[in-house]
Amino acid sequence: MLNEKLLVGSHAPYWHNGISIREKSYHTLLAALPAVLMGIYQFGVPALRVMALSISCAMLWELILNRVMRRPVTIGDGDAAVIGLLFGMLLPATAPWWVVVLGTAVAVTVGKWIYGGLGGNPLNPALVAIATLIISYKGVMDLDQAYLNYDFSFPAADPLKAVKALGTAAVARYSLTGLLMGQQVGGVGTIFALGLMVGGLYLILRGLIRWEISLSYIVGVLVTAYAFNLVHPDKYAGPWFHLLAGYTLLGAFFLITEYSSSPVNLIPMLIFGAGAGVMTILIRNIGGFTDGVVFAILLFNIANPLLDKIRPRALGRSK
Amino acid sequence: MIKRPFFAITKPKLRGSRIWGLPKEVLAEVPLPKKVTFLVKGPFPKVAELMIGVGDRVRTGQKVRLATDRGDYFISSVTGTISSLSPYSGYMGQANTAVSVNVTEKDQGDDEFSRVAKDVSLQNALKYLASLPGAPDFGSLVSSKPPLEALVVTGVDSDLLVTKNQFVVDTEAEGLKQGIETLKKISGIQRIILLVPNYLKVKAEKTGAEVKAMDPLYPSTLPRMVMKNLFGKAVPVGKRCEDLGIGFVSAEAVVALHKAFSEGQVPIHKLVTVIKKEGSTVQARARIGTPVKDVLNALNIETSQGDRVVLGGPMAGLALFSEEAPVLADTEAILVQDKAQIVPGSDTHCVNCGECVKVCPAKMPVNMLIRYLENGRFEEAAQGYDLLSCIECGLCTYVCIVRIPIFQYITLGKQEVARIRSAEEAHA
Repeated sequence: MLNEKLLVGSHAPYWHNGISIREKSYHTLLAALPAVLMGIYQFGVPALRVMALSISCAMLWELILNRVMRRPVTIGDGDAAVIGLLFGMLLPATAPWWVVVLGTAVAVTVGKWIYGGLGGNPLNPALVAIATLIISYKGVMDLDQAYLNYDFSFPAADPLKAVKALGTAAVARYSLTGLLMGQQVGGVGTIFALGLMVGGLYLILRGLIRWEISLSYIVGVLVTAYAFNLVHPDKYAGPWFHLLAGYTLLGAFFLITEYSSSPVNLIPMLIFGAGAGVMTILIRNIGGFTDGVVFAILLFNIANPLLDKIRPRALGRSK
Repeated sequence: MIKRPFFAITKPKLRGSRIWGLPKEVLAEVPLPKKVTFLVKGPFPKVAELMIGVGDRVRTGQKVRLATDRGDYFISSVTGTISSLSPYSGYMGQANTAVSVNVTEKDQGDDEFSRVAKDVSLQNALKYLASLPGAPDFGSLVSSKPPLEALVVTGVDSDLLVTKNQFVVDTEAEGLKQGIETLKKISGIQRIILLVPNYLKVKAEKTGAEVKAMDPLYPSTLPRMVMKNLFGKAVPVGKRCEDLGIGFVSAEAVVALHKAFSEGQVPIHKLVTVIKKEGSTVQARARIGTPVKDVLNALNIETSQGDRVVLGGPMAGLALFSEEAPVLADTEAILVQDKAQIVPGSDTHCVNCGECVKVCPAKMPVNMLIRYLENGRFEEAAQGYDLLSCIECGLCTYVCIVRIPIFQYITLGKQEVARIRSAEEAHA
């Protein structure tokens, strides 16, 4: 009996398509690379410092929490690295070290692990951290202050803040091509609109994010911005400006598509995306904050479980 | 193993294999084994009621009844002496009785069936042919209410890589034609539909039966999907296809039915598709009850510690813990996997990626369902999250990014719900 050959018993199916969280995480890192590289090119070594510190801190916090909570070590799956990456991309290049350390701690602990780790989080961890910083430390996320010591070849004022203060007159200073090619101040990984689009498209084609959410979010932003612009052309900027400035594209492809905080059925995905898009512009145009992406997505993260109750009738179910 | 393509924006397309012009010699004969085992459904009979015992002789083709208080029987596929009788716990704890027979070299035929075989009737089919290769369910022909309107002869194989039924359609068209006539005669059902993959349509039409051709894209080959796609009838939760008036019988069983009545002998050979480690397939013909080990030996397939041997296909088969397990009347295939090909499951939580919801043919909210099942809340899963709609295709588990054994949770959940409900009824 001892020498008997043992076979592996398990339940069907015996095939798997090979996808894993690790693969998803690493391809997300890859997709974000163009935008991050542009950030480093524009803002120099400080941007590299923020990114490196953010990713490594997030992984370190993950390791510490694994140990504290006596769970298997999960830094290998890359999820913590993605949280660190997205958090770093949202920060200005001059963010002090303690902001990065504190922010990643909030993201990994409050954003992810207090809900039981991967898959349990109801909100996007990176956004939880950014929201905490915006509310707690005035000025840390102020882009105009962040880049005072830089000498750019393009306007060094936060485009969204300029529009909010001066109306459409400020838009003329920014060319759409410039915004598309990373000629604006912003977070390390948020300025290069084209790079974000390419990265987002890559993730969509690989089937790693749900395109319905990204698309409906962008449509929500465009339509609402267009409506505002139509009513008050001198006060509110046009749709393309809103699409390319600020966190919009990072939000559309990397933040709002986070798995566990977004719905999975078709109609809920469309409502979720479009709703967050509308809310983004509402906050930008008539709300108290400069960029509405963070709070708009967090708000709809909360609505996610309710939205996802709208679903098709299963096979063999009567009305 | 079919991997995820580089660009994966659409659902996975898993198409069943085809047997394009395979040379006939791929049909491998498995030599007579030293020992065979038969499984009879139902718990082990009371000793006082047993009709057979260790040391009893059985002949090839003999109908062997198990106990006086039950009608259950098996057809011995060999001549020899019974070596053991034991209870056998099958899939999900299903109670079976295993009867092993030590084989003597020479076959001695039994003539009980040949004496009645001239009378081609349902009565005789029920009495002698219940364990026909392909395991046709003659019982449903009698007991279905309302009576069946149509029978579907499946010339497609439900699972991936399995080509057994297609092989039968391709090589035994004449037997199939006669078998369909026999089936019509014994069942009294005039509408018999032969379901085949597109490429076998012309061949299938030669049988003269009503032919429906389909693209064998998994899981549209499963009976409940056939009901939905071909007949436009969604089988309600808790019902079977037979309850809607449509029965299913495999092409292999139909051919065997014809052979039984025309030759006056119960067919004892079973066709199985053997899927080798590298993915190539061979059809093997073995006596019913042959241990899987003998089939693999005959085909020179070696297994080692840590490999996996599955009775059935890669999506819905049953993994074996021992190669001593027999080839049964309803065995479609034997799948052998190398230990390097095995993707282990995990106990990670669902991350809500939505792949399962996208791929589910029954449109179930799998992402929510698994949360309830993982926490043992089966009744809520059944009532609020469509647990019982599952058609058991296994695609959710195939695409799961965190590799949760969802399919296993679902079968466990279904079993638990059935247990809870029957206990409630008993106490009501």
